Amino acid sequence: MAQTGEVAILHHHEAPKGFIRKYIFSLDHKVIGIQYYFLALTAVLVGMTLSVFMRLRLAWPDATLPLIEGGKMTPEQYLALLTMHGTIMVFFVLTTAPQGGFGNYVLPIQIGAADMAFPLLNMLSFWVTFLGFLVMIAAFLVTGGAPIAGWTGYPPLSAVGEIAGPGQGLGQTLWIVSLAIFCAGALLGALNFIATTLDLRTKGMSLMRMPLTVWSWFITAILGLLAFGVLLAAGVLLLMDRIAGTSFFIPAGLVISEQIISHKGGSPLLWQHLFWFFGHPEVYIAILPGMGVTSQILSTFARKPIFGYKAMVYAMLAIGLLGFAVWGHHMFISGMSPYSAIAFSVMTLAIGVPSAIKTFNWLGTLWGGQIRFTTPMLYAIGFVSLFVSGGLSGLFLGQPSLDLYFHDTYFVVAHFHMIMGVAAIFGIFAATYYWFPKMFGRMMHEGLGKLHFWITFIGVNAIFMPMHYLGMVGHPRRYADTTGVEYLGSLNSLHVFMSIAAFITIAAQFIFLFNLFWSLFRGQKAPENPWEATTLEWTVPSPPPHDNFGGNYPEVYRGAYEYSKPGVTKDYVMQTTPDAAAH
Amino acid sequence: MAFLLGLVIAIITLATMYGFAFKVWWFPAFISEYGAAYDHQFQITLIVCGIVFFLAQLGLAYAVWRYRDRGGRGSYSHGNNVMEATWTIATAIVFLGVALMGQKIWARVHLDAAPANALQVEVTGQQFAWNVRYPGPDGKFGRTKPELMKESLGNPLGVDPDDPASKDDVVMPVMAVPVNRPVEVLLRSKDVIHSFYVRELRLKQDAVPGMENRLHFTASQTGRFEIPCAELCGLGHHQMRSFLLVMSEEDYANWLKENAPQAQ
Repeated sequence: MAQTGEVAILHHHEAPKGFIRKYIFSLDHKVIGIQYYFLALTAVLVGMTLSVFMRLRLAWPDATLPLIEGGKMTPEQYLALLTMHGTIMVFFVLTTAPQGGFGNYVLPIQIGAADMAFPLLNMLSFWVTFLGFLVMIAAFLVTGGAPIAGWTGYPPLSAVGEIAGPGQGLGQTLWIVSLAIFCAGALLGALNFIATTLDLRTKGMSLMRMPLTVWSWFITAILGLLAFGVLLAAGVLLLMDRIAGTSFFIPAGLVISEQIISHKGGSPLLWQHLFWFFGHPEVYIAILPGMGVTSQILSTFARKPIFGYKAMVYAMLAIGLLGFAVWGHHMFISGMSPYSAIAFSVMTLAIGVPSAIKTFNWLGTLWGGQIRFTTPMLYAIGFVSLFVSGGLSGLFLGQPSLDLYFHDTYFVVAHFHMIMGVAAIFGIFAATYYWFPKMFGRMMHEGLGKLHFWITFIGVNAIFMPMHYLGMVGHPRRYADTTGVEYLGSLNSLHVFMSIAAFITIAAQFIFLFNLFWSLFRGQKAPENPWEATTLEWTVPSPPPHDNFGGNYPEVYRGAYEYSKPGVTKDYVMQTTPDAAAH
Repeated sequence: MAFLLGLVIAIITLATMYGFAFKVWWFPAFISEYGAAYDHQFQITLIVCGIVFFLAQLGLAYAVWRYRDRGGRGSYSHGNNVMEATWTIATAIVFLGVALMGQKIWARVHLDAAPANALQVEVTGQQFAWNVRYPGPDGKFGRTKPELMKESLGNPLGVDPDDPASKDDVVMPVMAVPVNRPVEVLLRSKDVIHSFYVRELRLKQDAVPGMENRLHFTASQTGRFEIPCAELCGLGHHQMRSFLLVMSEEDYANWLKENAPQAQ
């Protein structure tokens, strides 16, 4: 553990004066965290707009649409929307906001550090990620448009160029380059989080006293360090197949549109193994920070210590570890060895155990509490509900036998939207409403926040629950419309219902946006500790000064969740309150 | 607020369960030997998940209503190791039990070899069609060559006319099979990955270029069943569809004869 004095010498800086050093190329983890957050906010608006057009096409395939040439969306335009929606949401929203955004802002303060271990690296990781986003958006603008190979980019479709379809030329190349850049940024960030957590904890902040949020960001960073390197390598290989004539993923003898493809010797399954070796841990990269923040918020507003703190830490470690041993469950139908499918299946069902432990402990935390229904608490409770719904459908998909029917149907789309999409987004909303006062010094509007919650919570269930039924009927995913297959004709009413639910839910997000920007300027001034919470970020002003603690590093005397302790006057004890004063 | 939240969670839970319990949207009836076991395994998984779903969601709904802030103090508890151990072991047994039960179906599909008398049919995906080939009376598939693959010349699979084994090969855009006879499907692709999916067989398998993936089944009912492509293969993915025609032995023999290549 680092010594307080040493940290102060290393990191005690005056706040920079110029606008550019202060807000653009800032080294301050708080500014960088906010930059990541607003990057994710921009990305989510793009991703959400794409989904509006997809839902329009799915429910009313013949409707004349605005902003589209000729008014009618072509199948390839639909596939481009789908590819970009998935990619932007997974990388630039679900990976960026929870870890790069809140992790960056809150982690150093929660462990009592002045900044990240490597502030320059931190700045670099944000700007690299930003560059990756620009390159991704550029894919919309090039000839042929955005790629159509899905966010998983399976070769040969993604590897052989525009002969495979519109968007498979320069658009697909930019997509790969963007992901490679993103991986580089994510690796820098992951290193920084790990070093910071290990080295910069203040006096008394032992590992087992860390808030569960810090544990979740720390474990997420380890997953990122091990996973993004693999995707980066895979991306480079795919790029080589496209531009340098190599054949890592392209087998011999391909004939597309009567043209022989000259590559030989590659394996399409190799890409799937590499992609999912990254892709499955990525699911946990998106959801673990949500688990951390949910734990923090449930404990805070139930006014109870977290139930089973150690079990929660071990469960997250187990999820992180097992998360690297289950990638094959995405490939049950691929032609991979059927024996390994059984092994992957057992590991996959095993990962349900720590997930269940977390759910039970969240219920245990609520049990016997005095629940305060603030907006962040509503979102944290919503997270638990969505996590249960989205997790249980994994029990079907984790079995290779049941996957024989459900693989690549809407059942899968429903599953991952529930858990890695909206549950993770609920984590982001919970974190936003919870830490906004600390980050910007003003409270968000509670009434608007609650309105936003009710519409969103009911809305996402109305969109994604019926989607399971599409899967029951065997509706394949990534279909531009339902006209090509007879048995899909009867499902149009479900598509219309889901689209209407989606439009209402998306409209409600403007309540959030309004609340966010209105509160930035007009919100009520936030006190130091508006939620009566116990962790270190609530011991400093809102917003905190440039070096967080003004050079006076806190000393920590206890774990993070001391609520309703008997014999103590207030119903919470700060981590920094000395034992003698805690009465 | 507490009551409302509990109520909303309960309504969402019950509405979801209604759809599954009353089979509003459901599988079609099965026609393969895997169907009964498949549907049984699905039912068991559904019941297990249904119970956990019901208890967890309604437990959550109850807790948010019962433990709303009434101005007192929360109970001071850091957890309970006996409870942790209990629910860890219970979940592990149930989840792993469910996982292991389903492996029997998987083993029958993928670990058991096709019966020796199985009829071999080659199914090759391409953007955006299925080509189905039968070996003909000689029981052998003729050689194919990429340079001969020309739909425009009526030879999408590039069957080599110089190979004697190819003379009697039958290539069709639909797949006919005799009822109650084991069939082995050899799955290939000419270009990108496709996926062979027949709901009524409860089977799906990717067709991967450069690989030959195999499936075997016995269809127990005659009829016409759709074969949609289930893996994104390009802009025509949603229209890549063929039919599985399950016929009586007699009809099948006639069908094959009618579509046999004319002697030259």
